[in-house]
Amino acid sequence: MSGEEESMSVEEQQEVHDTVVSPEKVEEAKLKARYPGLGAKPGGSDFLRKRLQKGPKYFDSGDYNMAKAKMKKSLPLAPVEKTEITGGHIPTPQDLPQRKTVLASKLAG
Amino acid sequence: MAEADDENSGMEWCFSQVKGAIDDEVAEADIISTVEFNCTGDLLATGDKGGRIVIFQQEPESKNQPQCRGEYNVYSTFQSHEPEFDYLKSLEIEEKINKIRWLPQKNAAHYLLSTNDKTIKLWKISERDKRPEGYNLKEEDGRYKDFTTIDSLQVPVFKPMDLMVEASPRRVFANAHTYHINSISVNSDNETYLSADDLRINLWHQEITDQSFNIVDIKPANMEDLTEVITAAEFHPNQCQTLLYSSSKGIIRLCDLRAAALCDQHVKLFEEPEDPNSRSFFSEIISSIADVKFSHNGRYIMTRDYLSVKIWDINMETRPIETYQVNEYLRSKLCSLYENDCIFDKFECCWSGDDSVVMTGSYNNFFRMFDRGCRHDVTLEASREHCKPQSVLKPRRVTTGGKRKKDEISVDSLDFNRKILHTAWHPLDNIIAVATTNNLFIFQDKLNQQLTN
Repeated sequence: MSGEEESMSVEEQQEVHDTVVSPEKVEEAKLKARYPGLGAKPGGSDFLRKRLQKGPKYFDSGDYNMAKAKMKKSLPLAPVEKTEITGGHIPTPQDLPQRKTVLASKLAG
Repeated sequence: MAEADDENSGMEWCFSQVKGAIDDEVAEADIISTVEFNCTGDLLATGDKGGRIVIFQQEPESKNQPQCRGEYNVYSTFQSHEPEFDYLKSLEIEEKINKIRWLPQKNAAHYLLSTNDKTIKLWKISERDKRPEGYNLKEEDGRYKDFTTIDSLQVPVFKPMDLMVEASPRRVFANAHTYHINSISVNSDNETYLSADDLRINLWHQEITDQSFNIVDIKPANMEDLTEVITAAEFHPNQCQTLLYSSSKGIIRLCDLRAAALCDQHVKLFEEPEDPNSRSFFSEIISSIADVKFSHNGRYIMTRDYLSVKIWDINMETRPIETYQVNEYLRSKLCSLYENDCIFDKFECCWSGDDSVVMTGSYNNFFRMFDRGCRHDVTLEASREHCKPQSVLKPRRVTTGGKRKKDEISVDSLDFNRKILHTAWHPLDNIIAVATTNNLFIFQDKLNQQLTN
């Protein structure tokens, strides 16, 4: 590929396409050179099926919760809940601890 | 060629506002995942990866500055979706908001549909500016009075209070999608809406959460035979029986709900013939349609694939009527874009209110606009470096060659981590909302251009 191309118009690019191997095919050759095992069928079933199941698969909910706890370790701990209300009297909505405030979006800041 | 770009043949865009944090460290939850104006454009909603929605409201035009359009300020913010765990499949269900769609306004409250991968919710956003005072049995702070002290009866009255905007979930539409929801679309019949995942499209009634009708199902009997997935779906803007969906193979199918209960048979199929000689490993991946949108007048369809935006006439299935190159210079970078997964990025596209201009995002926080009428296109950048109010955005240019002119940027210097995936255009005015990773930019076209020229 010529190293002296300036920003090309669509027409000029078409000409280059016709006279030289398409840049896409050059890229394809590069990829095949790096990953010789890459399937012959482009974008086939494997690739789509991986797309259908995005995200890591956990062994079970315990595994999931452990993974989440590991992530949360770096975040500051949530403030300790006020003393629980038990016995004594029937609680009113005012007595109950406030719902944990969610971290507000920075867009709203 | 350079002269054409500098001419005022197209619109000029000015910076208006930017929302969001300035820090370099972006928390994952703050990544913006969707942006949507409501039907009148006075409300602008954003969704993020943390499942939160922030709604901005446009201030009414001030009498002091009649030339300036109102600014967008925070109106309401709430947590729409929470992370969940699918116990059956041992998979996490992300709280990321994939799409927001507003319902046309019917009364004082505003309604929107928001969805993550599995669940759609109908939210009611209402204003409260009065509250009752003078209860007989309760104090002002809510505590109950000592009943022995009450010796008279009073009638509670409504007194004005500071405006409070409340968001409450009115409906939760759950358990209808095995795969990940990529689209929701409100029908023009004002009663129904569709939700689409990778393989199926469902029809819902806006009021009914325990029933959903499957209208498209492309799941093969044997998953080994899977070759195509649904990437986006939308209802026609004024024909309530017409919907379309796009696929990972670059095909758009138009369906008619009157034809059959299950619309697997398309009424129209839009596909551009491919030159078999130019086919490569990347061909199918870059032809996958990331976004599809009907024009406001319902006569055209716009699709966005990895390198281009195409406009189709709804009456011509054989090929698009217009094709715009967004970033053709990436064609010679496909190998590395495949390796860093950027080739799978899904860029959205949008129409201007009058369908004369289309816009889409790209890398390096660039976004592109194509004026269909005068065939003028421009590349602009959403950057905090050009943040002076009303400052006109300078067109940007990307060069592929060794020689780089001043103000041009080389392909190799593009930042592929700064991408504009989500953009929205005000339905009635030339105001655009452009989302970078965690910031929301609002730009307006330069008013009174005829006076300044």
